[in-house]
Amino acid sequence: MSQRHQYAKELGGTWQRRARFAWVVAGLIALPFVATPFLLDLVNQVLLASIGALALTLLTGFAGLISLGTAGLLAAGAYAVGVLVHEANAPFWVTLPAAAILGALLGLIFGLPSLRLRGLYLAISTLGLHFVVIYLGGEYEAREILSTGIMIDPPSIGRWSLSSGRDWYFVLLSFAAFALLISVNLQRSRTGRAWRALRERDVVASAIGIDVQRFKLMAFIVSATMTAVAGALFAYFRNFVSIDAFSLYLTVQYVAMIIIGGMGSISGALLGAGFVILFPYAIEAIAGFLPARFSNAVFALDYAAFGVIMILFLLLEPAGLLGFWRRLRYSLSTRFGRPLP
Amino acid sequence: MSLQLLANIVVLAAIYALVSIGYVLIYRVSRVLNLAHGELMMVGAYLLVATADLFSGDPLVALALAGICGLVMGVVVYAVLMRWMTGEAVLTAVLITIALGILLRGSVILIWTTQQFYPSATFGWRNPPVPIMPGVQISAASLAVLIMTCLVYVGLFIFMQWTRWGLRMRAAGQNPLLAELRGIRLHGVYAFAWGLSTFTASLAGMLMALDSGVESTMATIGLKAFPAALVGGLDSLLGAACGALIVASAEIAAIQYVNPLLSDVVPFVVLLIVLAIRPWGLFGSREQLDRV
Repeated sequence: MSQRHQYAKELGGTWQRRARFAWVVAGLIALPFVATPFLLDLVNQVLLASIGALALTLLTGFAGLISLGTAGLLAAGAYAVGVLVHEANAPFWVTLPAAAILGALLGLIFGLPSLRLRGLYLAISTLGLHFVVIYLGGEYEAREILSTGIMIDPPSIGRWSLSSGRDWYFVLLSFAAFALLISVNLQRSRTGRAWRALRERDVVASAIGIDVQRFKLMAFIVSATMTAVAGALFAYFRNFVSIDAFSLYLTVQYVAMIIIGGMGSISGALLGAGFVILFPYAIEAIAGFLPARFSNAVFALDYAAFGVIMILFLLLEPAGLLGFWRRLRYSLSTRFGRPLP
Repeated sequence: MSLQLLANIVVLAAIYALVSIGYVLIYRVSRVLNLAHGELMMVGAYLLVATADLFSGDPLVALALAGICGLVMGVVVYAVLMRWMTGEAVLTAVLITIALGILLRGSVILIWTTQQFYPSATFGWRNPPVPIMPGVQISAASLAVLIMTCLVYVGLFIFMQWTRWGLRMRAAGQNPLLAELRGIRLHGVYAFAWGLSTFTASLAGMLMALDSGVESTMATIGLKAFPAALVGGLDSLLGAACGALIVASAEIAAIQYVNPLLSDVVPFVVLLIVLAIRPWGLFGSREQLDRV
C-alpha cells in the first residue's frame, strides 16, 4: 500500500517537474502551428519511428532478448492493412485492431524459439522469420499482380479524412505517447522487474520464482504488437504498402536507434529514433557540397556513412547518445563547479 | 528427378559450401558470427574487377592479386575493427559486423556504381557449357567452382589437422584461455582466421563474377549461405559442406516444383526447422549453445 502511494507521488512529482511537464506539453501542442510542412513531416517520421524503437527497447533493452525481426513485424502490420484494404476495402477501425492481433500472433511465433535458444541463435531465428514474412508479402503482391505495391486511402470518419501533416502529427503524437506510457509503466511494474532479472541471468530469475517462459513470450508479444501497429500506421501515413520498403536495412536502422540512443533506456530509444530518422537528411545536405560522384549516389553515401556512425558508436560510445550527454553534463558541471541537478 | 537438376544442386551446393567456410572458420575460432560475410565476398568479386582492369593480359596474375587482397582484407578488418571486440558481448561483435556490411555495401556502390561488370569479358574468356555426362551440362565457371570447393575443403582439412597454425586455431577455438597460457597469440590466430575466411569468400565471389558478372546485389548470396553453415553446425567444416548440400537441394527443389519466388526464403525455412529441432546443427558441438 505504501509503495503504491509513493509511486503515485513519484509520478506526480514536485511542482517544478509538473511545470516542466506542462511546458513540454504546451510546446508539443504548439509545434504543428509554427513548424513548416517539411519540418512537420520530419517530426511525424520521428514519432512513428519512436513507436518501433520503444517496442524494440522493451524486448532487447529491458528483457535482453535479441531480435532482428523488426522489419518483418512492421511489414506484417502494414500488410494487414494493405490486404484488408485491397480485399475488403476495410476501414481503419478494422485494420488497426487486425494489425495488432496479427502482431501479437507473430510475436508469439517469433518468441517461441526464445524458449529454447539464447543470444545469437535467437537473433538468427528472428532473422529467418523476417525472411518468411517478407516472402509472404512478396508472394501476395506477385499473385495479385501489384508490381508497384498497394495504394491505401487515408483513414476517414464521415467526411473528415486524415491527410494533412498537422492532423497526422496529433494522431502520431498520441500513439507515440501511448507507447511511451506503456513502456514506462511496464518498466516500473512487476513485469519490468521480471524482464530485468531475465536480462541479467535467466537461470537466477527462474530460481527466484519468475515464470521465465511466460515473461519471455510476453516481452515478444507486447513488443510485436506495438511494432505491427506502427507498421499499420506507416501504411496509412505513406498511403502505400510495398514489400521493398521492409528490407533488412530497416531492421538494422531500428537496432541502431536503440544502440545510438542508449541501450535499455526509454529516453535513449526516443533520442535514437530522432537521430536515425534525421541522419539521411543531414547526409543529403552534406552531399550537396561533395563532388558529383558522391552527390549522385546519395543512398550509397547514406549507407556508408550510417555504417561508419554505427561502428563509431559501438566502439567508442557503447552507452549511446544518452551516455555521451551524461558525460558531457558531468564534465561541464565539474569544470564550472556547479553541482549536478 | 532429372540428372540436370542434380547437377544444378551440386553446383549451388558448391557455392554455398565455399562461402559458408568463412562463417565456420571465424565462429569456430573466435565465437563471432560475421554477418558482413556476404558483403566481404562481394568486395572480393569487385577486387577481381579492379585487378582485371590492371592486368587484362595476365588473368592468372589478376586472380592471384585479387586473392591476396582478399586475404589481406580479412586481416585488416580484424586489426581495425574486430580486435576491439575481444571480451565484449557477443551481440556487440555481431552488430559491428552488420555495420561493416552496410558500410561495405555503400562504399562498393560509391566506388563502382550499380553497374554490372564482367571480368571474364575483360580477360577475353568465354564461359561455354561443359557436358559432364550425356545430357547434363554446366558452365565452365561452375565446374571451376566445383573443383575449387573440393580443393579448398581438402586443403583446409589438411591445414587444420596437420599444420602448426591449424593446431593453434583449433586450440584457440576450444579454450582461448589455455591456448593463450601455452603461448599461442590469440590476436594472431584470430587475424589469420579472418584472413582465411575472407580469402575463401573472395574466391567464391571471384568465381561467381567469372560465371555471371558482379553487381551490388551479390551480397545476398553470402547471407543465403549462412543457413548452410548453421544447418551443418556452426563450428564444423564437414557440417558446412553437408548443410550446403541440404540447403541447395531444398532451394532447387522449391524453385523447380513449387515457386521460383521461394528461392530467397527456402534457406531460411530450412534454418528455422533446424533451429527448432537441433539448434546445434548436424555436426556442431552441443555445449557451445549455452555459451552464446
